[in-house]
Amino acid sequence: MAPITRMAAFGRGAIPTSAGLRVGLGRVVSVLFTLLGLLALTFFIGRLLPADPVLAVTGPEVTKATYDRVYLELGLDRSVWQQFLGYIGGVLQGDLGRSTTTGQPVMQDLMRAFPATLELSLAAAIVGSAVGIPLGIAAAVNRGSWIDHIARIIGLAGYSIPIFWMGLMGLFLFYAKLHWVGPSGRVDIFYEGMVPPVTGMMMVDAAIAGDWTVFRSAFAHLILPASVLGYYSTAYISRMTRSFMLEQMTQEYVIAARAKGLSRSAVIWRHAFKNIRVQLLTVVALVFGGLLDGTVLIETVFGWPGVGQYLTRGLQFNDINVVMSTVLMIGVLFLTINVVSDWLYRRLDPRTR
Amino acid sequence: MSEPRLLQLQDLRVSFHSRDGVVDAVRGVSFSLGREKLGIVGESGSGKSMTGRALMRLLPSTATMHAKTMRFGEIDLLAASERQMCQVRGRHIAMIMQDPKYSLNPVVTVGKQITETYRRHRRTGGRAARDYAIEMLDAVKIRDPARVFHQYPHEISGGMGQRVMIAMMLAAEPSLLIADEPTSALDVTVRFEILQLLDELIQSRHLGVLFISHDLNLVRRYCDRVLIMYAGQVVEEIEADRLNEATHPYTRGLLDSMPRIHRPRHRLPVLQRDPAWREPLTADER
Amino acid sequence: MSVCDTTTPKRPRWRAWLETDTPQSVRQASLQETWRKVLYFRSQPLGMIGLALLLLLLFVVVFAPLLATHNPIAQDLDARLLPPSAQYWLGTDHLGRDVYSRIVYGARTTLRIAVLVAIIVAPLGLVIGATAGYLGGIVDEILMRITDVFLAFPGLILALGFAAALGPGVDNAIIAIALTAWPPIARLARAEALTIRQADYIAAVRLQGASAARIIVRHVMPVCLPSVTVRVTLNMAGVILTAAGLGFLGLGAQPPWPEWGAMVAVGRQFMFDYPWVVAAPGLAIAAISLAFNLLGDALRDTLDPRIG
Repeated sequence: MAPITRMAAFGRGAIPTSAGLRVGLGRVVSVLFTLLGLLALTFFIGRLLPADPVLAVTGPEVTKATYDRVYLELGLDRSVWQQFLGYIGGVLQGDLGRSTTTGQPVMQDLMRAFPATLELSLAAAIVGSAVGIPLGIAAAVNRGSWIDHIARIIGLAGYSIPIFWMGLMGLFLFYAKLHWVGPSGRVDIFYEGMVPPVTGMMMVDAAIAGDWTVFRSAFAHLILPASVLGYYSTAYISRMTRSFMLEQMTQEYVIAARAKGLSRSAVIWRHAFKNIRVQLLTVVALVFGGLLDGTVLIETVFGWPGVGQYLTRGLQFNDINVVMSTVLMIGVLFLTINVVSDWLYRRLDPRTR
Repeated sequence: MSEPRLLQLQDLRVSFHSRDGVVDAVRGVSFSLGREKLGIVGESGSGKSMTGRALMRLLPSTATMHAKTMRFGEIDLLAASERQMCQVRGRHIAMIMQDPKYSLNPVVTVGKQITETYRRHRRTGGRAARDYAIEMLDAVKIRDPARVFHQYPHEISGGMGQRVMIAMMLAAEPSLLIADEPTSALDVTVRFEILQLLDELIQSRHLGVLFISHDLNLVRRYCDRVLIMYAGQVVEEIEADRLNEATHPYTRGLLDSMPRIHRPRHRLPVLQRDPAWREPLTADER
Repeated sequence: MSVCDTTTPKRPRWRAWLETDTPQSVRQASLQETWRKVLYFRSQPLGMIGLALLLLLLFVVVFAPLLATHNPIAQDLDARLLPPSAQYWLGTDHLGRDVYSRIVYGARTTLRIAVLVAIIVAPLGLVIGATAGYLGGIVDEILMRITDVFLAFPGLILALGFAAALGPGVDNAIIAIALTAWPPIARLARAEALTIRQADYIAAVRLQGASAARIIVRHVMPVCLPSVTVRVTLNMAGVILTAAGLGFLGLGAQPPWPEWGAMVAVGRQFMFDYPWVVAAPGLAIAAISLAFNLLGDALRDTLDPRIG
């Protein structure tokens, strides 16, 4: 999947090699600058790229009255700078404008959709780490063996197969043919709205309510999209784990640990793995960010009512405001995840503490 | 020799296979070692470190090794399984490596790295192991061992790191120590202290030592016997105090290119290498 | 290689010249180095498979009219959703169009996107990266901040935003992808430029009075070019997948023109009963991005001897 390759490129920049260089104020300023850049970019794309921003918001068939109202709402009578400042002011107050399709404030829609996306991404990240990390370690310590080849094949497939297609094939096989999993959506239709939303995550809410029928139904619906999405993080996580681990296994301290007479598993887990734990945390955080990318397609395939589906609906109905706001939100989330993982990295490594 | 030999090595060969072909790193090295100090001297790439690692079967996976004999006491190191080797390593043969900055695990505390060796070979509880580790830290003359016990390697100096390394490797009381350039990465000022400490421990624990170094002067002062290696072969084996009588032109060249206080020379000669030294030695010459 | 050696009793002169141990000139030595790399590349079966798949793609693109059995956009409502047969090799879709022929013509769209994105992204990244790396200081700071902003979005999301604003269509998809694919290239070019700018020959050119622009274009960019080329190749698989994703979401080629991602999207609703409508175009996407991945891996192994 494209996000994964991009993530690899991003990861190299985001994982600090010599931590502690840019701490404190410098970092904050640089993050704020990037944030401002995100706003500028989405503003530019949404308002300046379309030939007629009003039509981009309303769609081509529009009455003169609506046209004029939207024209004023967007502040198009003002200068570009004033528009931009107004845009920033609005975003800072949580005002992302209205959706022309749902008629609701975009912010409200996004908040409602977000827990579904979070649930899906969390499940996928868990699947990805639980499979990817052991696989990557096994591949590294048995370099050139069958397990290394399997890891390589899984990785290659993950980098090559379009995620939406794998989702569809999964539905065809596991739902239509084998009946192992549920169809599209988050729960079976007759369980819809049966548990009170607390976190917005269906499985968690069902567990809180103690309703295990709903829980099972939610699980049956979650498992396939989460696995498909998780497969792509497995590909990335196992590849990164393998290369981190290979790097560690040639280090002198590994030779020293072996020279002490430690068993192979002790050397691997108590010594080499300990050295990549913090790096892995960063990778998993990055994967989590990259999953946001994959969810757009997976949610569309599985009718999962999250942020991604909201975005593609917006695309379908030419609701540029929805599209750009969602893009902005995902960008901000991605940036936040990177900043947090960066911070965690520096917090947790004894060498930089 | 009155004592039984600790280690017997005959015709060790190590080669590396890579994309560009085969490189022979060690080409037929033989020696035996009692409870004495045997030095191996050679320039980088001469195969001296690989010889040391081969003895512990710690070569990188790209390397292959062969030998006619490789025995430690009663144990056949060639036939031993990996499991058996784990019992040998640390317990019977230990190795001190060059730079504590790299050879100590950066994310594991000093104390843990020492207790680990001990607990691996002497199945004891955590408490006893901890006391023992602090005792070991004390034995390698670290002040305030209880504090250092909880520190990470990056929090201590290079000299201290090497003391920790020694404590860690001697924790299970091995009888043979391979010291691979144990002082090369250290500050000149602490080198001597570390050597002295090592010497004391060797004396008191009655160890056999294989001392690997590029420093001929150091080895000559420190060891009983010296092997000179060049291009993967031992070109000369000689008692340390008779080094002046060395006959091989390479050894002579090494001796000749060293500065001396009492006979200052305007310019040190550069060692001229003879391609003939690379030729495999005949059985006779070995 | 060994096959060549045994079948030809005497090595051709050019090979002897390339493989001699005693090159006579710098040019010969550097050509020998290249030749060694070619030989090494040829010894990697997976890389060769990737190359073969891409050559196949090129072949299909060039000879599409000859290879297709039907008109890719001709509808035949009497022949809707037929399973694969002698007449319709990969079956037909919901409008009775031949899936095989659509895939053959769809290859043109895919290759067009890949090539045009590469043609836009490589110079763009090269200029930005080389300028930032060579000039340093405030220019570097500003350019790299801008790069960071683009990298702060997951790739497909940003491309979606651009494509949505520009409107659907292959050309807009190309622009959208190119606008999101240049930052890693710029980062790479910058890193290379940073090391070059210290070189003595750059100092010499500067002393001769060459302008910064001239140095960047004539001396810095050419040095960055090989690694940028490799990196663009490596990223091509990602580009293909992003393009397919945009197509799947309806932002790529517009109907009735065939595009693999869009074919999957249209086939979705018939998938449970007529799986071939979805399976075939998806496999085509996977095959081409796999080819780029295999080629990229082999290229990297060839050019970076540390991993071997």
